[in-house]
Amino acid sequence: MAALSSPLRVCRGILKELRAIHGPTYNRSLAYNYVMDQFRKNKQVTAERYCRAQDEANHDSHTYLCLLASSRTHQALHNLYHVKGECSTAQAASMVGLRLPTQPGGKGWEN
Amino acid sequence: MTAAMLKSLVRLQSHFGNILSPGQLCPRSQQLRTALNYSSATAERKRFYQDVSLSQGEGGYEISLDQRKLKTPGGKLFIVPNEALAIAVATEWDAQKDTLKFYTMHLSTLCNTALDNPTQRNKEQMISAALKFLETDTVCYRVDEPHGLVELQKKEWDPVLHWMENRYNVTIGSSSSILGPEIPEATKETFRQHLNSYSFWSLTGLEYVITQLKSVVLSMGMIDRHLTVEQAVLLSRLEEEYQIQHWGNVESAHDYDMYELRARTAAGALFVHLTSESLTVKRKLMQN
Repeated sequence: MAALSSPLRVCRGILKELRAIHGPTYNRSLAYNYVMDQFRKNKQVTAERYCRAQDEANHDSHTYLCLLASSRTHQALHNLYHVKGECSTAQAASMVGLRLPTQPGGKGWEN
Repeated sequence: MTAAMLKSLVRLQSHFGNILSPGQLCPRSQQLRTALNYSSATAERKRFYQDVSLSQGEGGYEISLDQRKLKTPGGKLFIVPNEALAIAVATEWDAQKDTLKFYTMHLSTLCNTALDNPTQRNKEQMISAALKFLETDTVCYRVDEPHGLVELQKKEWDPVLHWMENRYNVTIGSSSSILGPEIPEATKETFRQHLNSYSFWSLTGLEYVITQLKSVVLSMGMIDRHLTVEQAVLLSRLEEEYQIQHWGNVESAHDYDMYELRARTAAGALFVHLTSESLTVKRKLMQN
């Protein structure tokens, strides 16, 4: 199994997501208290070097971070691409990074 | 699974750079408001509550929106057996801004399904369905061509298959025939016994994950914590990632789908873990 990134990074990530959800009062939310509690408790569960409970908690924290971060990213992408209705050809092209072709001499059938 | 595997599938940078720039994600920004000039045809429910709180009743944890207790779509009282799950569900409700976007509330949906059981399934049926799915498991169903994809499937999927075969002491195998792999009865029996140890709630979550990932092997790999959510999703979308590498990435479709799959799979995994854990602390006896 691949080594997961450190619990500290995951904790910071989760707190960042909670801040995005709750705003400045995020440190009073239920989730914040539970998450901090869990991270403190699981820092040193047993004296063993390889601790199954710690690994499980680590994996679960990654899973929750993935849930929060992916939901937010998905929502952002939704708002970016799938909320506008009809848009002009130029706008539609710019969505995939293209521009409409220009023909400086006119198209021939214009007066 | 190593980080090298993920690095070898690094995509071209999104044309629009990092979409998670603060300006675009602040929910109260003017930019977002002006983008919402096309509302969906169905009437959207507005957020009608200020506070989301938990309370502990008999049977588990209940969620209250302001003073009103949350109910399932079937009318039952919304009760969750696990505190962490209840907190995560409460967070989903609290995360809703002006309108309620139920399609983003994966954990709530899973709880509702488990509580209401709208399709009237029992454990036996769910286990049989999961075992049936094994016959068309993504990881076992291989292509013949193009050669690059055949090699990629071998390189990325074979290790997971072998891990699964070792972990459960079974034979699964893969096949490129149109009929798919032949799963021995003994294998199915072993999995049947293993899945029987899961509760109804956990099986609901597992079924959801299998449907999302289109693979029993990847689902079990992730539930057993051998794979992370990101790895499982990547492996599930292996062919798509291969094509993206060749033909390019379209953020509005590929990334959109990938993040949605990640969110749903993560929710399913969390749901299974939280409904199957028993958090007991065993005290190690100190020796004199």
